[in-house]
Amino acid sequence: MKTAESPFGFVAASYLTRINNQQASSLNELRAGLDHASDASIFYHTFQSLGRHHFLVESFSNDFAQWVMAALNRPVLAEWLGGLDIRDYVSLADLRGDLRRLTTEYCDAHSAEAGVTAFEPFYFCESVEVAVPLGWEAHTLEEFRGSLVHLSHSSFYYHFIASRLRLQLRTNDFSQWLSGSLEADDLARRVNRIDIYTNTLDSAREEMVSLIDREVQRQ
Amino acid sequence: MIAAGPTLDRYVPLLGNEVEELRALARPLAGAEVLMVNSTAVGGGVAELLGRVVPLLEELNLRAEWQVFAGGKDFFEVTKAFHNALHGGAFHGGPEAFEVFRSYSERNLARLHLDREFVVIHDPQPVAAIDGRPAGPGHWVWRCHIDLSNPNPAVWEFLQPWVVRYDAAVFSSPSFARQLPCPQYLFYPSIDPLADKNRTLEPSFVRSVLEHYGIDPGRKLLVQISRFDRLKDPVGVVRAYRIVKRYFDCQLVLAGGTADDDPEGAAVLDETREAAAGDPDIHLLQLPPDSPLEINALQTAATIVIQKSLREGFGLTVAEALWKKKPVVASAVGGIPTQVVHKQTGLLAHSVEGTAYQIRYLLAHPELAARLGAQGHEHVREQFLITGNVKRYLCLFLHMRGKL
Repeated sequence: MKTAESPFGFVAASYLTRINNQQASSLNELRAGLDHASDASIFYHTFQSLGRHHFLVESFSNDFAQWVMAALNRPVLAEWLGGLDIRDYVSLADLRGDLRRLTTEYCDAHSAEAGVTAFEPFYFCESVEVAVPLGWEAHTLEEFRGSLVHLSHSSFYYHFIASRLRLQLRTNDFSQWLSGSLEADDLARRVNRIDIYTNTLDSAREEMVSLIDREVQRQ
Repeated sequence: MIAAGPTLDRYVPLLGNEVEELRALARPLAGAEVLMVNSTAVGGGVAELLGRVVPLLEELNLRAEWQVFAGGKDFFEVTKAFHNALHGGAFHGGPEAFEVFRSYSERNLARLHLDREFVVIHDPQPVAAIDGRPAGPGHWVWRCHIDLSNPNPAVWEFLQPWVVRYDAAVFSSPSFARQLPCPQYLFYPSIDPLADKNRTLEPSFVRSVLEHYGIDPGRKLLVQISRFDRLKDPVGVVRAYRIVKRYFDCQLVLAGGTADDDPEGAAVLDETREAAAGDPDIHLLQLPPDSPLEINALQTAATIVIQKSLREGFGLTVAEALWKKKPVVASAVGGIPTQVVHKQTGLLAHSVEGTAYQIRYLLAHPELAARLGAQGHEHVREQFLITGNVKRYLCLFLHMRGKL
């Protein structure tokens, strides 16, 4: 079994929610809000919502889509916004651009609905990430598996989902290490393909563990 | 002042390695001095919360302390009037009320020891403690547990000059916050899964509580736990029950604190009794103030838990029910939609008819009711437990310290 020169260092991660002084009460205001919201706010309402509601696989995966459905009852726009896959983005600017484009297209096509007041406002928030070393390191695939199964949801989320943006890559911490340090390219690709929208964090982790077990047996 | 509570190890069976991660987050803060200040040592949600948060921070090797802002009857009359006014009610006090507030604040400043790295002031009563802020690198946080979305301008304008001097403010919901110059953070209220109100009970105890109150353990049971207050709409609950009863055999329990010292509460109880019209399947229970095990037993025995409030603060009784994996039908007011994500962790309603329909739907689809309850339990585990509250404080302290 290969031993990595650079071990994988697991972290304890947590997220503070900061409430911004910005809200939207209609689609027009949401469109304007998307222009002015901080990058951290776009992150919070898209990437972070996936972590907060990870056990709900049947709801919309981002807060914008959820609000458009729950507070404005506009299923078409909710589906458009909910259909965006954060794995397709390497920058928040691109993600913001698509959120704004879809909202604008809908507002232009349904101008009478754009000014309708929502049942409750959308409050723009943002995420403050706090991460400290957990003191767990893995040099081999078996050690990696041993720690992975004990990781909390927020730390699993940090390495598997939030890392995509932090690294500005179409990958995640786990796949990057598996490929870069263990040269397990195929396993890294399979891990990166796990569907984070139709899985809960627990079932994503189970799928990852099962992929690792198969790789260990193959070796 | 603080009774010994469960240690962190006792949370491991419920939370697994979340506890170890809590310890990892606390490691860089070892030895940090933390002071929590509120205005009452016993009674009320904030005192209950501090009674758990402070010992847990101490167990994590922070030097945490809890001090209480002292006041006489006149001070608490003024702050009660402030409380109602900050919730949007009228304020009939004059300059003398403000003077009472200032006077007690000054007396407290002379006796409190505020020289700590992190000082967290809870609610408006001790907000003027910021006047005693020593020079130095301490971080001051105002933790507001009440809804400030629509405050009475006279009271808010009086308090605001103190509030804006804090380094950070913390609210229970984005909708409760004000536009402030300092950063504002979201900390959800929390429940303690090991407290008597939430811990797992022996089925025999639950059965004995039901029998004590004359409730049939073998039939479906709808439960609302709330004081008898018009804003909790107990009469609306009875009306919803009557609609449900046309389709399903069921019982209703409305249980709340005693109304002896609350003239309005007594009137609401009378109105509810009148609405119940002697139906033997409607149980109106006035529980003694400290009845956590009875409340737990009623929630545990419920087929469906209702929270049909017309207005609500955060409504932690919902989190208590969800923690017990109960399907919840609740009004979409205050902090309830944060806990009940419609069709995911419970069902929301906006009227008596809607409440009745959602209850009927769940009674007809027990598999859905079970799924909502299970997902609700997960939601509470992630967001509304006391350990999560401690984690948020650790993150806030680490974040504030990092800014120096």
